[in-house]
Amino acid sequence: MSSNAMASQFVEVETWTWLETLHGWLTTVDHKRLGTLYVVYGLFFLVIAGVEATIIRIQLMYPHNHFVSPQVFNRMFTMHGTTMIFFVAIPILFGFANYLVPLMIGARDMAFPRLNAFSFWLTALGGFLLYFSFLGGSGLYGAGNAPDIGWWAYAPLTSRAFSPGHSSDYWTIALLVAGFGSIATAINLIATIVCMRCPGMKLSRMPLLAWLNLIMAGMAILAISPLTAAQIMLLIDRYLGGHFFDTQAGGSATLWMHFFWIFGHPEVYVLVIPAFAFASEIIPVFSRKPIFGYPVMVGATVCIGFVSLSVWAHHMFTIGMNSYANSFFAITTMVVGVPTGIKIFNWLGTMWGGRIQFKAPMLFCTAFLFQFLIAGLTGIMLGSAPFNWQLSGSYFVVAHFHYVIVGGILFALFGAFYYWYPKVTGRMLSERLGKWHFWLFVIGFHVTFDVMHFPGLLGMPRRIYTYEPGRGWDTMNLIVTYGAFIQGISILIFVYNLIISYWKGAEAGNDPWDAWTLEWSTTSPPPAYNFASIPVVASRRPLWDLKHPEDPDSRYD
Amino acid sequence: MRRVDNSISLHAIQIIVLLILSVSAALAAETAAPSTGLENIFAPESTPAKSIFDLSIFVLSITGIIFVVVFTLLVYSLAKFHATPANADKEPAQVYGSTQIELAWTIIPILIVVVLFLATARVIHTVQDAPEPPSAVEVTAIGHQFWWEFRYPKLGIVTANELHIPVSDPAHPTPTFLKLLSADTDHSFWVPQLAGKTDLIPNHPNSMWMDPHRVGVFLGQCAQYCGTQHAKMLLRVSVDTPQDFDAWVRSQQQPVIQDQQAIAGKHIFETTACINCHAIGGTVANGRFGPDLTHLMSRSTIASGAAENTTDNLRLWIKTPDAIKPGSLMPAMQLSDADLDSLVRYMETLR
Amino acid sequence: MSAIATPFPEVPRAWTLPYRGSVAMASLIIAESAIFTIFVVAYLFYAGKSLSGPTPSEVLETPIFFTICLLSSSLTIHLAAKFLERRKQGAFLALWLLTIVLGGLFMFGTGQEWHRMIYERGVTISTNLFGTTYYSLVGLHAFHVTVGLIMLCIVAIFGLAGRVGAEQSRRIDVLSLYWHFVDVVWVVVFTVVYIVGR
Repeated sequence: MSSNAMASQFVEVETWTWLETLHGWLTTVDHKRLGTLYVVYGLFFLVIAGVEATIIRIQLMYPHNHFVSPQVFNRMFTMHGTTMIFFVAIPILFGFANYLVPLMIGARDMAFPRLNAFSFWLTALGGFLLYFSFLGGSGLYGAGNAPDIGWWAYAPLTSRAFSPGHSSDYWTIALLVAGFGSIATAINLIATIVCMRCPGMKLSRMPLLAWLNLIMAGMAILAISPLTAAQIMLLIDRYLGGHFFDTQAGGSATLWMHFFWIFGHPEVYVLVIPAFAFASEIIPVFSRKPIFGYPVMVGATVCIGFVSLSVWAHHMFTIGMNSYANSFFAITTMVVGVPTGIKIFNWLGTMWGGRIQFKAPMLFCTAFLFQFLIAGLTGIMLGSAPFNWQLSGSYFVVAHFHYVIVGGILFALFGAFYYWYPKVTGRMLSERLGKWHFWLFVIGFHVTFDVMHFPGLLGMPRRIYTYEPGRGWDTMNLIVTYGAFIQGISILIFVYNLIISYWKGAEAGNDPWDAWTLEWSTTSPPPAYNFASIPVVASRRPLWDLKHPEDPDSRYD
Repeated sequence: MRRVDNSISLHAIQIIVLLILSVSAALAAETAAPSTGLENIFAPESTPAKSIFDLSIFVLSITGIIFVVVFTLLVYSLAKFHATPANADKEPAQVYGSTQIELAWTIIPILIVVVLFLATARVIHTVQDAPEPPSAVEVTAIGHQFWWEFRYPKLGIVTANELHIPVSDPAHPTPTFLKLLSADTDHSFWVPQLAGKTDLIPNHPNSMWMDPHRVGVFLGQCAQYCGTQHAKMLLRVSVDTPQDFDAWVRSQQQPVIQDQQAIAGKHIFETTACINCHAIGGTVANGRFGPDLTHLMSRSTIASGAAENTTDNLRLWIKTPDAIKPGSLMPAMQLSDADLDSLVRYMETLR
Repeated sequence: MSAIATPFPEVPRAWTLPYRGSVAMASLIIAESAIFTIFVVAYLFYAGKSLSGPTPSEVLETPIFFTICLLSSSLTIHLAAKFLERRKQGAFLALWLLTIVLGGLFMFGTGQEWHRMIYERGVTISTNLFGTTYYSLVGLHAFHVTVGLIMLCIVAIFGLAGRVGAEQSRRIDVLSLYWHFVDVVWVVVFTVVYIVGR
């Protein structure tokens, strides 16, 4: 370790070589560094999956287009979906949780720092494995290459007979490995939140971000395991001659569907609940009021957690379940809309009577509210099983879930970036570039995903590499693609903002937003140990109490 | 530093949202108009599709009202409660919540859910549990990678890709009941104007029904990703008058026409690998992997709708299937040009 | 540099939160229960649906002795943990080793049964639906027993070296919780395979 004593006799400042810095990052167990690694990893794959989406959209700009072959197209939509869910959304959201939760509960690190590091590297390995498939071994007919089975990998398409070679195995094993990482992170989060809160922070005084990540982690340990189990079964079928999903031997293709969606549906709530957490921290600060109905927000999210475990077969309304099963899943799907709607109303109630400041974080969260409302309503439409018999498997569904994931989750995530980047780096992101990013992305998003609903209503199925002209889909597909280009430009502006502000951004100070939770009480960026002394809290908003001793929250707690 | 520059942003938000709504409304209007006709779920021509349509209008109305109410409240709150230079430095009243308001906006959505669910459950039952009348036409649809096999068990007909069914008079209904099977992976039968889609899953027989109210041709396609050429597994349903349907049935039941001019082509067919996959009545060919070709020329398209049924396309399909449908399971047949011509001439006798 | 001296009205006198090891193990057990549930569901769903090959009643022999071994190992590990708390190192070690022996016996029994089923009855994982679901479910459980045994052996090595004392009680409790979980899963698997599914 090289160190040079500076001019001062009292302070010895060490400078590290780039090798030492790299080593530091590779062997870190610090939750803040691991959180940063997760987020950077996720952003890298966001760009890659975005390129895959762009390839899809260019191919679909015109009917009978020849930009890519059907084989390549099928790999593109499979990789785009798989990457976005497992190697973009989960890493970025877990990364934010990793960074913020210990800070917000007044702890020095997560409960199990080494397990934390292990989880990250498992996830990273998963991503690498998935993309290695592009180079990976060839089987019969040179059938190597990236998986082309769709991100749900329905049986029996995934059997050896219909997916020769190893492409499906890369999908299976990459996600298996990453799944272990995710389960480990979820366990870590639960242990941290339950066992490491600072003195005075009863569960009823915990920031909503911590509560919602606790609920998310609870769902993750319940929901990811079914996918793990199903993937083990698939590997047994493919390599040990098993018959779990072998319809020729009496096996059931629908069993895979049940197992997958028992994972798949709660998984999307695992993704959206952290987005709710961001909105629940940002909207109050920029409305200058506490969150409206804190206990209801917690209760509604717990309800969402439980009910969402019972809705999975709304992805399977067309497979021929009997009318009672279809009715059951229709009602549970509609019921889960109630606590979700309550949350929207509570955010509205937070803004009501406030003094709303439209800085970048709030711009994104405002758009999130509008868009999540629409997404939820198209979800209700899809929950009505007969309507679903027309809409499922079509571009209406594709539009719906992108509305949730991009219009909801990604927008809330952008808000979180603008809000917490100062804390992580000590610099503000450029507000001017932020506004460009916001407006371009809003325009691009709506041009693409508003229009995308309509080809579905006109009979356009999903996962098709081309379509017949004259069905009424041509112009709309063209418009959808143009919107994708606009979004792409906006993402580039965002990435540029992230990079340039690291060096040129305004100094942030501890608390640039005049916020109220514990992370704003320490420096930006925080020291490795987070807090010089562990804080003691007496209310939900300890910094509000400090700044407003005449009317502290602790008086009402 | 608290520059408050949100009034422009706010108005911009409002304008953009209004623009989007009007564009969406225009597109919705175009969707609703029967002019596009082809596969519009809002232009039902059969009872199941109509029941779904009626329910969908109900659902859309309710969700539309919810949207308008919440949207208005959101826009209002953004407009009324934004920070201005005048009030920027004072914190507003720190309200923690309100039990009555929470109760209100819990109970009202629950009631809405109950209403929506009851309407939904009724349609689920009427469509799924409809009994099959004795006058129904029975079809067994078997999904293949990447084509449709249609059998009419009571009529002794086997055909592919293009379905003929009779129009159904509401006074004396003659619906068509389909049994859905699969020979390989999952598929889904979707002809939007006639019914919601139902999947074809191996080892999991399904059933669906439709009773078209109007004569015509209705298009659809496979709606469950089934492999490389999922995109070109198209469907063509010809709804015929009762007389035309009977005529079609009779022509399909007829044995294959033996045309002496095409004996050379028939010989080529029977002595090459064609017979491994295809069947033609009255010949040694009884392969089941590919479509039955006995009445090939009664169909207006080939390769499950991927190309018009013309001489050139037939020739191209047999010579280089990848030119029409790359990744389909029909192999290039490696025939000489002379053999190919004979074969195509033979194919064209299969009326 | 970052601390804010905060004059708060109350500092809670007793602020003890649960032990993070136990919470983490409980969460792991929940996750593992979900995996086992899926395998059990598959077993039950496919019960009686094999198209060919031997049926369970033709080939299964109920492993009563080895089940008793495994279930009593829960008792021995519980007692071992209690003795450790009371600083009775010798008793702890004896019971701990007995637990390993009982677990090892169970694994031996499983191996013996599999050997018989494969070589005498011709049932493998690829024979039919019963074969697939049986070997996966029992195999998954056996895998978890193996992992548990490895952990128990590591503790035994430390224990024999005199390094496990009452200060490690909490950690021993965490491992013992895992072992109890493995036993409970066996009760479920045993019921499903040898009683319900036969």
